[in-house]
Amino acid sequence: MTSLTIFYSVLFYIATLVLLGGVAYRIYEYARTPAPLNIPTTPAPTSKGGVAVRMAREVVLFESLFKSNKWIWLFGWLFHVGLALVLLRHLRYFQEPVWFWVEFIQPFGKYASFAMVAGLAGLWARRFLVDRVRYISTPSDHLMLALLIAIGLSGMLMTFVAHTDIVAVKAFMLGLMTFNFHPMPADPVLMAHLFLVAVLMIIFPVSKLLHAPGIFFSPTRNQADDPRETRHIAPWAAALERDRA
Amino acid sequence: MAGPEFEVPALTEYTEVPKIKEGATAHLKSFIAAEASQSYLGYPHQLPADWKERVLDRMGQVLEKYRSVRVFMDACVHCGACTDKCHYFLGTADPNNMPVARQELMRKVYRRYFTLPGKIAPWLVGAEDLTEDTLNKWYNYYHQCSECRRCSVYCPYGIDTAEITMAGREILNHVGIGQKYSSEILVKVQKIGNNLGLPGPALEDTLLGLEEDIEADTGVPVKMPLDVEGAEILLVTPSADFFSEPHVESLIGYAKVFHAAGASWTLSSKASEAGNFGLFNGNYETMRAIAMRIRDAALELGVKRIIVGECGHAWRVAYAFWNTLTGIGYGGDDPFSVELQKRLDPRYPQPMHICEYTWDLIEKGVLKFDKSLNDDRVITFHDSCNVARGSRMGTEPGGQFTIPRNIIRAVANNYQDMAAETIGESTFCCGGGGGLLTDDLIEVRVKGALPRMNAYNNVVQGQSVNFLALICAICKAQFTKVLPYYGFDRNMVGGVHQLVGTAIKLD
Repeated sequence: MTSLTIFYSVLFYIATLVLLGGVAYRIYEYARTPAPLNIPTTPAPTSKGGVAVRMAREVVLFESLFKSNKWIWLFGWLFHVGLALVLLRHLRYFQEPVWFWVEFIQPFGKYASFAMVAGLAGLWARRFLVDRVRYISTPSDHLMLALLIAIGLSGMLMTFVAHTDIVAVKAFMLGLMTFNFHPMPADPVLMAHLFLVAVLMIIFPVSKLLHAPGIFFSPTRNQADDPRETRHIAPWAAALERDRA
Repeated sequence: MAGPEFEVPALTEYTEVPKIKEGATAHLKSFIAAEASQSYLGYPHQLPADWKERVLDRMGQVLEKYRSVRVFMDACVHCGACTDKCHYFLGTADPNNMPVARQELMRKVYRRYFTLPGKIAPWLVGAEDLTEDTLNKWYNYYHQCSECRRCSVYCPYGIDTAEITMAGREILNHVGIGQKYSSEILVKVQKIGNNLGLPGPALEDTLLGLEEDIEADTGVPVKMPLDVEGAEILLVTPSADFFSEPHVESLIGYAKVFHAAGASWTLSSKASEAGNFGLFNGNYETMRAIAMRIRDAALELGVKRIIVGECGHAWRVAYAFWNTLTGIGYGGDDPFSVELQKRLDPRYPQPMHICEYTWDLIEKGVLKFDKSLNDDRVITFHDSCNVARGSRMGTEPGGQFTIPRNIIRAVANNYQDMAAETIGESTFCCGGGGGLLTDDLIEVRVKGALPRMNAYNNVVQGQSVNFLALICAICKAQFTKVLPYYGFDRNMVGGVHQLVGTAIKLD
């Protein structure tokens, strides 16, 4: 094996472990921390089913963001939907045979990259153009956008301009998954693309990217409005009750 | 009234989003609590030598106990959706009054001491060391937030700045930095029984006086019973209803409704306060201790129903938290909850809002009105923040918006809503909620009222509105004080049950 292959193999094993382990740990932290009071932002659904619908509208349509600001919604939604399609399209590098629907969405996934990068560019522009957003932007906010755009552009470069050897890429990735190693192609654009993706995976559990699992644990969105019918009590609050009874 | 020492914002048709002015309200600092009230509440009254450890220790505890704070610390992406949603930002232009920036005051410390990137590269991720200056900023800006939750409506992750503000105040209290106004009220309500600190005999006198007034006015002997054992209904209402104008007009309204319905009801001298400032300071145990007075009074008097008067944050605590804190409600199967449940009448929601009670009677045709008695009024209704975004009335989501309006339309002929983007879940806070209703914060209160005043001015100018109907004691006090700054007559302010009391037919 070349040192290039070894480097990228190790990098992706580490990145995958950090991403899965890190996010799993954060989810565990959120799940074990009690929500002692019923605090849905009302009007809120009164049943669990209603909460599922509300959450789905938030996650799929970004409903609250739409209420708030049409520009942020437009750029944010374009980016996320673009990213989702692009990610789904990439499944084909990790499976053999390729599922039918993954095959089907290939062209959509290709062109979704434009929406993704356009959305990111819009979001980045706001960080310079809107004084309020400029005030709250940290260096890491800018770097995060730069990272995502660099990933998008390097990917698009390989899709639309300088094709990389995707058969070899796929062999490399499947090899990582089956411990049957194949060489990592020495294409500089591919190397940049995969390196940046690994960086993104590694910082995910310690960055604001935690908004993705976070929203599902947000008490203002995931609680049903039923406090007169259901007694919500956290274990630590119940302990207070026992101590004083 | 002496002239204000600050510029009152000019009214405009739409509330414009201002360009940020750094430090615009950095100087506004609510008076700090003294030793007496702080030590009663179990807090120090000055910064201890080990304050830094205590702040971080308390913050760690809050992160362990409250999922809201833990998730909200991580989830924000600085998208900017909330930046133009806070009435205090719109009125002051101070960027720290943007909800995200207010949260960042705490998040900077969270990142520095509780996250890996903040420990390694604080400059990169906006992490900052905890200093006394940090605490000063926390104190000033966590007392320029009324915990109204408007930002949480618009946040794509539902981040609720109120939760952060509450946590901030709780941590500050633990290092001796409490707010005089809230701290003293928390003592009065626990020592004397209500936020105004008025003892039982004074309450009794007042109620007798009001009974005489009503009888002189209407010829009908409407009663205001106090501490009646075996009454069916316990009414818990903000103490301002007993002693403040225009609040007392709503109390008269409730009494007339009970009279017309032939209900057996009572007030309690022990639970002579619906308000619960424990909410504002984010201390669960204090909030619970204050709420327990209601449970105790209900058990002692043997009532079957508990009804809450016109008070915004009190209704949030009652509706959303009483069941958790005191077992007033259903669903609990522990002995503590069951003890109360077997006394309460299961045919009714517990607790119930006075508007739910009145609207139910109107729907059943029990109450009769002469709507023309309100014809001198053109009414608009201000949705109080805690009712709008922290509670419900009735069985359907949004009942908190329809029920009060239905009551007004049932008792008066002239009703006009304010602009849609300023009511309902989008309602603007009055500017005085969340423990800010104190004269040392008058500049914040006046400026924070701007978005509501703009919307109100539009219906005053366009639809000849002359009555601002409210269901919150804090809103009533705040608007009575602030309306004149914007050139309105303070007598335009009143309660929904003041309108009910005006039009109701008694016999």
